[in-house]
Amino acid sequence: MTKSINITLKVWRQKGPHVKSGFETYPATDISTDMSFLEMIDVVNEQLTLDGKDPIAFDHDCREGICGMCGAVINGRSHGPEKGTTLCQFHMRHFSNGDTIVIEPWRAKAFPIIKDLVVDRSAFDQIILAGGYISVNTGGAPDANSIPIAQEIAELAMDAAACIGCGACVAACPNASAMLFTSAKISQLALLPQGRLEAANRALAMVRKMDELCFGNCSNERECEAECPKEISISNIARLNREFIKAGLVSSVK
Amino acid sequence: MNRLTNPLGTSVGKKLMMAVTGLGFCCFLTIHLAGNLTIYGGKDFFNSYVEHLHSLGPLVTLAELGLLVFAAIHIMTGALLFYQSLKARPIRYSVNKRAGGRTLGSATMPYTGFILLLFVIFHLINFHFVDKTNITTFQLLSNAFANPVYIFIYTVAVIIAAIHVSHGLWSAFQTLGANHPKYTPFLRGLSIVFSVVVGIGFGFIPVYVFLLL
Ligand code: HEM
Ligand code: SF4
Ligand code: FES
Repeated sequence: MTKSINITLKVWRQKGPHVKSGFETYPATDISTDMSFLEMIDVVNEQLTLDGKDPIAFDHDCREGICGMCGAVINGRSHGPEKGTTLCQFHMRHFSNGDTIVIEPWRAKAFPIIKDLVVDRSAFDQIILAGGYISVNTGGAPDANSIPIAQEIAELAMDAAACIGCGACVAACPNASAMLFTSAKISQLALLPQGRLEAANRALAMVRKMDELCFGNCSNERECEAECPKEISISNIARLNREFIKAGLVSSVK
Repeated sequence: MNRLTNPLGTSVGKKLMMAVTGLGFCCFLTIHLAGNLTIYGGKDFFNSYVEHLHSLGPLVTLAELGLLVFAAIHIMTGALLFYQSLKARPIRYSVNKRAGGRTLGSATMPYTGFILLLFVIFHLINFHFVDKTNITTFQLLSNAFANPVYIFIYTVAVIIAAIHVSHGLWSAFQTLGANHPKYTPFLRGLSIVFSVVVGIGFGFIPVYVFLLL
C-alpha cells in the first residue's frame, strides 16, 4: 500500500568550488514511500524552484544502478544504508514519518565539489588513462574463443568489471583511498591473458597515478567493500598488492 | 629515484613496509611472550631463562638492532601514511556511520600505535637501560610491580597492544597480497586469537608477580 511521509532534509549546499558553504534544512512533505531517493529530491527541487530558490544539484543518469553517476552520503552511509544498491535504487520506504535525513556529497580531496552534491570524479578517469586498458592492433577481430579462459577466472574478471566507477568506495573509506576502484580496474585485466601482457606497467602506473591524485592510503578498514553498490570484494585489493609486488619488486619494469 | 626505492615510496610500497615490520613485531611478541611465560615456573626458572638469553650475546644485540630498525621504519611510515590520509579528506563528514567493515582495532591503529611507542620507551627505561650488576631480573620485576601504578600502566599497554594486533596481523597478510576464500576467514580469526593470547599472556604477568610478593 502506498504511504506518504513527511521528513526533514539537511542538505549540503555549495554554490561552486571553494565557496563558503554549509547545510540548509528543507521540509519534504507528502513523500510517497514508493519513491526512489532521487525522485524525492526531484519533488523537493520542484518546490524549491517554485519558491524561486536554487534547486539542489545532484548527479544522476540511468536511475537503475548501472551508470555510476549518482551518489551521496545519506546519514553517514554512502548510497544510503541498503547493501549493494546505488542511491537511485534506494527507496523512501526505508524512512519513517518525521525522520531527519542528512545528505552530504562524497568527501575527498581528489573529488572536488562542483556544486552542492555534485563532485568532480575525473580523478578516476585519470587512473584509467594511466593504465586501465589493453593495447591491441587494429585489424580483423580475433576469433572469440581462440584464447581459452577458465570459467572461474572469467567469473572473477566479470565480478571486478562490475565496478561502475561511482566513487562510493572513496567516499566510504576512512582514509579516502581509491584502492577498491583501482584494484577492480587492475583485476579485470590482470586476470585475463589479454591483460597479462601489460600487467606490470599497468600496476605501477595506476598506483602512482592514484597517489599523485592525493587519494589516501588503504588501511584495510573494509568499509569500501561494505558500501560498494556492486559488492566489489577487497580480494581485488590483495590482487592489486600482488600485482604491485610482482611489478615493483620482481619485474624489471621501471 | 632508484628502481627499488621508487616502488617502496608509493602508497602500496609504504603499506608493504608496514606489513613486513608489523609481522616482524608479531614474531617478536610471540618469542618475548614464550620467554616471559617462564615466570610461571618460579623465579629461579625465570632468572635462568634470562641468563640463557643473555648468553647468546651478539645474537641478542643483532636482534635488538633489527627491532630498532624495524621500529624506525614502522613508526615513520605509519606516521606518514596517517598524515597523508588525513590530508586526503580536508572536509570531514558531519555524520559518520560504519557500514560494518571497521573494527575497534582498525579504527584506532595510529592511536594505539602511538601509545605503544610511548609504552615501549617506558618499558625499555624500566627493564633494559638499568644497571643489572647487583640485581636479578626477577627482583627488578618484583620491585616494579610492587607498585600498583606500574601494574595499571602495563595492563593498559598490553590491552592497547592486543587491540593493535587484532587488526594488524590480518591486515598485514592482506597487504602482502595473501587473500584467499579458504584462508582469509581463518587469518581474521587468528588475529583475534593472537590478540587475546597476547593480552592474557602478558597481562597477567604483572599481577602474578605482585601476588608472588
Ligand atoms: C612502536 C609503536 C608503534 C606504532 C607507532 C605503530 C603504528 C602503526 C600504524 C599507524 C599502523 C597502521 C598503518 C596503516 O594501516 O596505514 C600500524 C600497522 C601495524 N602494526 Fe603497528 N605500531 C607500533 C607498534 C607495533 C607493534 C609492537 C606491533 C606488533 C606486535 C605492530 C604491528 C602492526 C601490524 C601487523 C600492522 C599492520 C600492517 C598492515 O596493515 O599492513 N605495531 N602500526
Ligand atoms: S569499486 Fe564499487 S564503490 Fe568503488 S567505484 Fe566501483 S562500483 Fe563504486
Ligand atoms: S543514476 Fe545511474 S547508477 Fe544511479
